[in-house]
Amino acid sequence: MDEALGIERLIGERTFAFPQRHFLSAAALNRPDAEALLALADAFVALNLRPDKKLATLRGRTMVNLFFESSTRTQSSFEIAAKRLGADTVNMAPRNSSITKGETLIDTAVTLNAMKPDILVVRHGASGAADLLAQKVSCSVINAGDGWREHPTQALLDALTLRRAFGRVEGLVVAICGDVLHSRVARSNVALLQLLGAEVRLVGPPTLMPAGADQWGVSIHHQMKTGLAGADVVMMLRLQLERMDGAFVPSTREYFRYWGLDAEKLAFAAPGAKVMHPGPMNRGVEIESGVADDPEISLIQSQVEMGVAARMAVLASLAARLDNVETTRAPRG
Amino acid sequence: MARSQPIAFLDARLVDPETGYDGPGAAIVVEGVIADVVRRPQIDSLSGDIRRIDCGGAMLAPGLVDLRVKTGEPGAEPKETLKSASRAAAAGGVTAIVIQPDTDPAIDDPAMVDFIFRRARDIELVHVYPAGAATRRCEGQRIAELGLMREAGAVYFTDADRTIADSKVFRRVLSYANGFGAAVAHRPADPYLSVGACATEGEFAGRMGLPSVPAIAERIMLERDLALAEITGGRLIVDQITTEGALESLKRAKDRGVRVAATASINHLSFNELDIGDYRTFARLDPPLRAEADRQALIAGLASGLVEVVVSAHAPAPAEDKRLPFAEAAPGGVGLETLLPALLSLHHEGGISLVTLIRAVTLAPARLIGLDAGRMAPGAPADLVLCDIGAPLRIDADKLISKSKNSPFDGRRLQGRVLLTMVGGRIVHQAEA
Repeated sequence: MDEALGIERLIGERTFAFPQRHFLSAAALNRPDAEALLALADAFVALNLRPDKKLATLRGRTMVNLFFESSTRTQSSFEIAAKRLGADTVNMAPRNSSITKGETLIDTAVTLNAMKPDILVVRHGASGAADLLAQKVSCSVINAGDGWREHPTQALLDALTLRRAFGRVEGLVVAICGDVLHSRVARSNVALLQLLGAEVRLVGPPTLMPAGADQWGVSIHHQMKTGLAGADVVMMLRLQLERMDGAFVPSTREYFRYWGLDAEKLAFAAPGAKVMHPGPMNRGVEIESGVADDPEISLIQSQVEMGVAARMAVLASLAARLDNVETTRAPRG
Repeated sequence: MARSQPIAFLDARLVDPETGYDGPGAAIVVEGVIADVVRRPQIDSLSGDIRRIDCGGAMLAPGLVDLRVKTGEPGAEPKETLKSASRAAAAGGVTAIVIQPDTDPAIDDPAMVDFIFRRARDIELVHVYPAGAATRRCEGQRIAELGLMREAGAVYFTDADRTIADSKVFRRVLSYANGFGAAVAHRPADPYLSVGACATEGEFAGRMGLPSVPAIAERIMLERDLALAEITGGRLIVDQITTEGALESLKRAKDRGVRVAATASINHLSFNELDIGDYRTFARLDPPLRAEADRQALIAGLASGLVEVVVSAHAPAPAEDKRLPFAEAAPGGVGLETLLPALLSLHHEGGISLVTLIRAVTLAPARLIGLDAGRMAPGAPADLVLCDIGAPLRIDADKLISKSKNSPFDGRRLQGRVLLTMVGGRIVHQAEA
């Protein structure tokens, strides 16, 4: 019970309330806010190890998961996080509902909004979709992935994982490898890890590197040998299978040969380097099972665990910004 | 009423793109034509039955000729009808509009050309001319009935937003149209590089996670088009040139004597790629907005005459097509009502002369497609605009006349209020006092 109280104090004692009503982008964070979120998430990790994991921070609040793209781990991670904070949760998978009958994203959101949820967690295949929703609804919006652009809670949980594994993020050399072009995980991590003082490298075939990425403050490498040299962390990205087969890379086996992570390529990294992956993994395509499953080097299971704590931190921080007055205000449409 | 009564415009700032005159002037309109133009503020010995309009120093110029206007008629009337577009044009000082053929059904046969003329006659506001489809259904496969459409009055041929990927088809279109004395407008964009793109490739689009097309996709297709224009002797209109690289190609081709003219959209003269920040779908355009260096090159090209014509690229899209995530939103913006004030900002802020700017939206497009318009001379049709070029205004998309409100200029402050628009001697728009 003391620990739980400690957390409530952490939430309450912040010198500045979390300044944003929505959580849309890691690039929009500043360092004090990011550090505060991580400190809070750290406390939630401890809470999540207790038999009684339940708090009342979000009691009476409703969180809706609105996932236009399928997801198992992110959706359940948000759901568990919200339930541990005492919120009621509803999962929506619009693929099976009226969205297929021509209803637009905004129609769906405005309809949901009328049911007065407090927090809307949205994943959508188009970049900027969460920002668009945030302009149109009166509740708080959390971006759980929009197109190629951002997946900010993933970056937060990755930073939390690194902080717990290395004791710091500052000064770490992180190599993000694979399909950077189509990766929201990469974009959020570039923003957040750089904000926290890490050195970020991007490694991958030229066809999967965004134009202008060299202006993001990162170094770009097309070979694992140079990209991984001396790296403390190797963060592998998922390669969508439809991107292979001649579209962006010639074949699965050629991709694995040059950019798939195995023990041999990992040896280029610093001694004791750790491996991460946002999941779900394509084993044998971007990562070899021997590396992914080795508890000495893989942080992948830890990332999943940290996911719940990081999302609890986001939810708890936003809770302070939720409306506390009865409202009859119609959403701007 | 106003049609038969002679009208005198007194104390105007006369801008005549034909003679290059920009100074004090007055004009008399009788029976739908300009009867007299003088280069002094007053006209002596006006007879009593003439209606006098004191312009108070406002600009009197030929009405605008807009070569690139889309409506939703036929096929998508909730977007915009010929009537609502005509009213928007009149409010913007635009006295002639050329309708793009990518309607549903497409304007790809003489009956459709006739349909547009007939609707315009019923509406009776501004001059409406159809551009005919270059290929059937604008599909880029088989040549449309260019001869018959030309005879019915189509002013040029184009597949509008669509590029004709097949070089053999495009060669034949250029060559065949030339036999009927018609120009062909074509959008230069390599279709393969452009697939799925909604932004211009670069650091900004990369960071925003938007599918993008490299700027050189324009130059690649333009070089092909120029080469085909050269071997066919056909007349090419480059539909909305936007990039520095393509402007260089255009310059070289013109120096070689290729029969080519280029249009620029007012949007690409006014905005750059950063305007799509915050995923603002009103700034989602086709072609996508470019880098600032491209915009500056385009302005320089307009000032030097390399780019002859400015168009509104009026492309109405209703809220349901714009209130979507950026990549899913319909491209395009409405522009008939903002064309003139937006153009004037290139004078106020860019220092380009009024004559040069006005020519690009009057005489130059008229000559390009063979219309008698854009002149301030006795005998010329009385298609005129009177505009207080210094008057400040803030564009409020909701107040536009167009049925669709997707103006990229929404919220922008511009200068230039259209006081009066006259078509064939008839006042079709007058600003409220």
